[in-house]
Amino acid sequence: MFNYTFHWNQAFKALPQMLDGAVVTLQIALLSMAIGLACAIALTLFRLSGNRILGGFATAWVEVARNTPALFQIYMAHFGLGNFGIHLSPYVALLAGIAFNNAGYLAENFRGALKAIPDTQTRSARSLGMTSMQAFGYIVLPQMLRIAFLPATNQMIWAILMTSLGVTVGMNTDLAGVTQALNAVSFRTFEFFALAAVIYYVIAKIVTLAARLFAARMFRY
Amino acid sequence: MIEIENVHKSFGQLEVLKGINLTVKKGEVLTIIGGSGSGKSTLLTCINGLEAIDSGRIVVNGTDVHAKGTNLNKLRRSLGIVFQQFNAFPHLTVLENVMLAPRKVLRLSKAEAEAMAVKHLTHVGLADKLNVYPSRMSGGQQQRMAIARALAMSPDYMLFDEVTSALDPQLVGEVLDTLRMLASEGMTMICVTHEMKFAREVSDRVAFFHKGILTEIAPPEELFDTPKDPNLQQFLAATH
Amino acid sequence: MFNTALTWNDLLFLAQGAGMTLAVTGLSVAAGTVLGVIFGVMRFQLGPYWFAPLTFLLDIFRSVPLLIQLVLGNALQSIMRLGWPPFTTSCVVLSLYTAAYCTEIVRGGISAVPPNTRRAGRSLGLTWSQDMRYIVTPLAVRVSLPAWIGLTLGVMKDSALVLWLGLIELLRASQILVTRLQEPLFILLICGAFYFIISFPVARFGGYLEKRWSPND
Repeated sequence: MFNYTFHWNQAFKALPQMLDGAVVTLQIALLSMAIGLACAIALTLFRLSGNRILGGFATAWVEVARNTPALFQIYMAHFGLGNFGIHLSPYVALLAGIAFNNAGYLAENFRGALKAIPDTQTRSARSLGMTSMQAFGYIVLPQMLRIAFLPATNQMIWAILMTSLGVTVGMNTDLAGVTQALNAVSFRTFEFFALAAVIYYVIAKIVTLAARLFAARMFRY
Repeated sequence: MIEIENVHKSFGQLEVLKGINLTVKKGEVLTIIGGSGSGKSTLLTCINGLEAIDSGRIVVNGTDVHAKGTNLNKLRRSLGIVFQQFNAFPHLTVLENVMLAPRKVLRLSKAEAEAMAVKHLTHVGLADKLNVYPSRMSGGQQQRMAIARALAMSPDYMLFDEVTSALDPQLVGEVLDTLRMLASEGMTMICVTHEMKFAREVSDRVAFFHKGILTEIAPPEELFDTPKDPNLQQFLAATH
Repeated sequence: MFNTALTWNDLLFLAQGAGMTLAVTGLSVAAGTVLGVIFGVMRFQLGPYWFAPLTFLLDIFRSVPLLIQLVLGNALQSIMRLGWPPFTTSCVVLSLYTAAYCTEIVRGGISAVPPNTRRAGRSLGLTWSQDMRYIVTPLAVRVSLPAWIGLTLGVMKDSALVLWLGLIELLRASQILVTRLQEPLFILLICGAFYFIISFPVARFGGYLEKRWSPND
């Protein structure tokens, strides 16, 4: 069936380079999560503010992020902004696209989590004399973070997987980009990409495990 | 003193309070009885300003609760309230539940707040549960914690909104015992309740609400033994 | 109006791209759902231990970027000298990708059917297949449908990645026009609007179903 000789040695020789790429991948994923988280909190506050313009802006962001492909969002950052004379490097475009996507999904996640916290929690806090900010900060927010944590971990995994899209806009320093560059020279496509797949898989599992350990320590109730 | 003057309150089309007049003096224990939907619970949430009123006045310690410019957060420190649902803060331990408001609202130091919390938790019989999360406790224990949480703010008045209604029958007693203890210590209390025996025992006065109107108010012996309002007679007949 | 060099022919080109997106999505979701239902029922019948190897295999499809999967799928078919065109390869990879998610959805749907309801059915003398058909399926579909709708939309959006294998679907078609006409924002907005117009109402409908059918209401 196979008339093909696998050359795994070449791939293994490139492992250090690929691991360097994996570090960049993880870096982009973490950065995009941090930016996405900050934006998501802002979007959530916008939606709670009752201000029509801010609320509309937040809703538009969330719906576009959730209803168009992530790759489209990256293309918009990379090609679309060119109309305004803004030319982002592949790294920045990739980061911006994923952060935009993360913010949309996380904001929706926060909204669901807020809905799950009964109104009576705020009422109790207010009747103890807390201001609405105190009630939100000490009572609602910690509970919201717990409910939102697991879906947010899934978003982190998505962010890791999405970094691979950078290669389509010329990114060549992350894991997918490095792999593609190696492939372009050697044509050992299967070997290189199989190794990349294993590395992605291991990263995803380590992040999942770390998130679980973190959650077990953080949320004891 | 809590003074309630001609208070009206509607939810949409439904008028739940139709001109309530009531005065509660310091040290008094007032219980409010009445059928469901009679407006008795709504009155409590109007007293501490959680609900707005449509007309009338509620004055607590000389402050008009619903006047513009009233600092409700400050006013609520003098009004402890405990709800039917225990409303424990699930992410905090029992001790943290009780310490939070004294620390953040009264700005007590950690040590002071902890001492205060331990004192009140011991008082309601939860000294051995300080570091437990509420989800590990029975409903009766959670409700006693909620009482300690309100007491830790050193309020002048305590409002109890059907605090035993969500409890399993065998857990009602421990919570009522806590209320009896507070009453005997001279705490000013307004209790909305369905426990008639309890109302007769601890109250200085009992008020009967019917469809948003306070139809009768009297010392317990008088109200329970010689009810005048026909609706009250019917209500008492149905609950016995 | 916009001052654009975009011609009707270009719009037709975009529409063909959109047709390709829908074709890839439709085929992959159909095949992936069939596989997912089979795996999901097997997973439920066999229990987590016997099904563990397949669980592991399916988990790979959810933990490795789709782009890498597509490249690997294409390399593999070439190694095996299957001679598949990119369209076939794309559909096969996307089907397996869909099946991996669908299996979880189906398993979740079946386990959401209360065992007592099934016992009641079996006590009435229903056979296993009758029980599956008349009791489990209607209830499980209710639980699973909103998630399945979400999955279908997800696959539609993810199908954009098949451009890497050279298929001219909507996003690739837009990119080609962008390169030629140098009007990136306008053309990309048309492309995004197409995805949005399909995805948004369907997603809303899924959310509505979820709310309406949620057992807590």
